[in-house]
Amino acid sequence: MDIVLQQLVNGLTLGSVYGLIAIGYTMVYGIIGMINFAHGDVYMVSAYLTAISIALLTFFGVESFPFIIFGALVFTIVITGAYGWVIERVAYRPLRNSSRLSVLISAIGMSLILQNYVQLSQGPNQQGVPTLITGAFRFHIGDGYVQITYMKVLILLIALAGMGILTYIIQKTKLGRMCRATQQDRKMASILGIDTDKVISSVFVIGSAMAALAGVLVTLDYGAFDFYIGFIMGIKAFTAAVLGGIGSLPGAMLGGLILGLSESLFAGLVSSDYKDVFSFSLLVLILIIRPSGLLGKPAVEKV
Amino acid sequence: MSQTAGMNYKQCFIDAVVAALMALVVFGPIMGIVLDGYKFDIDFQRVGWIVSIVFVGRLFMSYYFQTAKGQAMLFKYANNHDGVTVNPPNHKSKMIWVIPLVMVIGFLIPFIASKYILTVLILGLIYVLLGLGLNIVVGLAGLLDLGFVGFYAIGAYSLALGYENLGLGFWSMLPIAAIAAAFAGAILGFPVLRMHGDYLAIVTLGFGEIIRLILTNWVSLTHGPNGISAPLPTFFGLEFKRRSAHGETFHEFFNLPYDSGYKYMFVYLVLFAVVWAVLFIKHRLVKMPIGRAWEALREDEIACRSLGLNHVLVKLSAFMLGASTAGLAGVFFATYQGFVSPSSFTFFESALILAIVVLGGMGSTLGVVIAAFCLTVLPEMLREVAEYRVLLFGILMVVMMIWKPRGLVRVTRNGFAAREGVIK
Repeated sequence: MDIVLQQLVNGLTLGSVYGLIAIGYTMVYGIIGMINFAHGDVYMVSAYLTAISIALLTFFGVESFPFIIFGALVFTIVITGAYGWVIERVAYRPLRNSSRLSVLISAIGMSLILQNYVQLSQGPNQQGVPTLITGAFRFHIGDGYVQITYMKVLILLIALAGMGILTYIIQKTKLGRMCRATQQDRKMASILGIDTDKVISSVFVIGSAMAALAGVLVTLDYGAFDFYIGFIMGIKAFTAAVLGGIGSLPGAMLGGLILGLSESLFAGLVSSDYKDVFSFSLLVLILIIRPSGLLGKPAVEKV
Repeated sequence: MSQTAGMNYKQCFIDAVVAALMALVVFGPIMGIVLDGYKFDIDFQRVGWIVSIVFVGRLFMSYYFQTAKGQAMLFKYANNHDGVTVNPPNHKSKMIWVIPLVMVIGFLIPFIASKYILTVLILGLIYVLLGLGLNIVVGLAGLLDLGFVGFYAIGAYSLALGYENLGLGFWSMLPIAAIAAAFAGAILGFPVLRMHGDYLAIVTLGFGEIIRLILTNWVSLTHGPNGISAPLPTFFGLEFKRRSAHGETFHEFFNLPYDSGYKYMFVYLVLFAVVWAVLFIKHRLVKMPIGRAWEALREDEIACRSLGLNHVLVKLSAFMLGASTAGLAGVFFATYQGFVSPSSFTFFESALILAIVVLGGMGSTLGVVIAAFCLTVLPEMLREVAEYRVLLFGILMVVMMIWKPRGLVRVTRNGFAAREGVIK
């Protein structure tokens, strides 16, 4: 019983992280219909940026952890957003009118570039950040107990705040309206005077910023990372996006939570060796059985 | 894109400054500040270099695209998405002279070349096989398969496991591995029949990763990450070892001094023959109805199905043939290494094979062969830049997609004309 509860808690935080990264996939897919294969590696870059910002802040004598976390968040989100913009500008915009296969191959190339560039710049070894927040809530249940670290609480809160801000931007602001219009019909939106190129760029920036948020949170919680973490995380977040229905924002968050919870339960109750196999199998199964996901609209192919 | 005449130097400069600033923001932290434990070292020199390169490059690009030549180039690359070059009917290809020459040279190489060159060539030929296999799936049928390495792994592990558990050698496992890989291709093919494009890519990627994870985690069968040894081929029952428990060895039978190079020579020759056989089969398949059906499916699936093509059969055959080719390559890889482990079958391998197909030109056999050698043999030769290999592959993939999405070697095809003497 306590194992199940503990795994549920772990799954909730894991799921909110998946959800944050899945937003990047789902928004990009919704607006230009491509899988941004490099998105997982953008997340990886943000993990490095987190560590760099923490090292810089401690070097300049910032000691209190609220400032460090705030500084790391701002630094990482801004620079990772710049990465999103550059990636779109360099690898995807010249291919706007090409076949989907070309764009996907270009994205795979971008993913390889990012991985190798970080590896060459920062060295192939695993890196880490110091633990900033220690301590936990403990709830005794029967013989065992369930432990919720303060860090996990913080992850949940910040992830919720991030999703809230995003929902506000998409639903209430002018930029959000332009995004939704472009998503519905790019040609029509551009006829009506929306600079669709700019909208697409900003979608990449927003998606990368969300990935950066996840990157900061996971790095602070987990501590260690290397240049290869983006691959697995990217596929899992993509699974989350597909599970919720690709193109749908609430779907990405819901899919993330469901994937995180089910994966944690599987790892706790069945086998942690095969938890990645479980996630991949889930992805394959969803795509076969219900490709439109839980909240997505089925794709209609017009001739 | 018809701009007014005259240079806009100010625009050039602004473009370049913006690009340089972006480069500073993007490259600055990651390249300039190198993590060292919880501290960091500073390396601003390389940031300076890269920012200046970006500045100059962007300045030049802005300038060039404003000239008449640049405009013409932009126009040309905006309109180069047509598919095949059609030769006039009865066009005689120069390959008729090239092929026998290459065959003879390739056959003579093992008797001249050193052991090292031979091993590099074997690796190149293995990637030719892989490229040809993926070329059927991606290049001809247009199904983007990112888990191709899974079939390669199945081939390699078939040999190793068949030898360990069933006592079967190289020659019996060669066809069995191909069949096993084709079977796996069918298993993957059935569920993904309804998908196309991006979803297919992700499912196949998941499939490849599942195979790798199972190979890593099923320790009782595959010995997990430690890997498993694979047998060498035999020459009509003669082994290529120094001493053998099963009768005479190759060098004893022919009264030769022992040389470990013989086995590479033999593997090379067998592989060379297999590659030619696969090339021949593929060459014929492309001209057969099934090959035409693959290409038609790539161009427009809905139109194909409306015209009565059985898309199930067409897709499955592409998957199975591609997979079986990868299975063959896997067997050769295992026997050449003498050892297989899951770390040889990561996603990077899939991406490398994809890079071969993309660079060579989707659907072009000649292009794939050349690209396979370029991408595997060149990095071996240029050891100094080996660590930049992946970076170069990535840049290559992006640049190729922007510059020449159909690859370096264009697919050519002879046109049709009514034969003489046929009543029109």
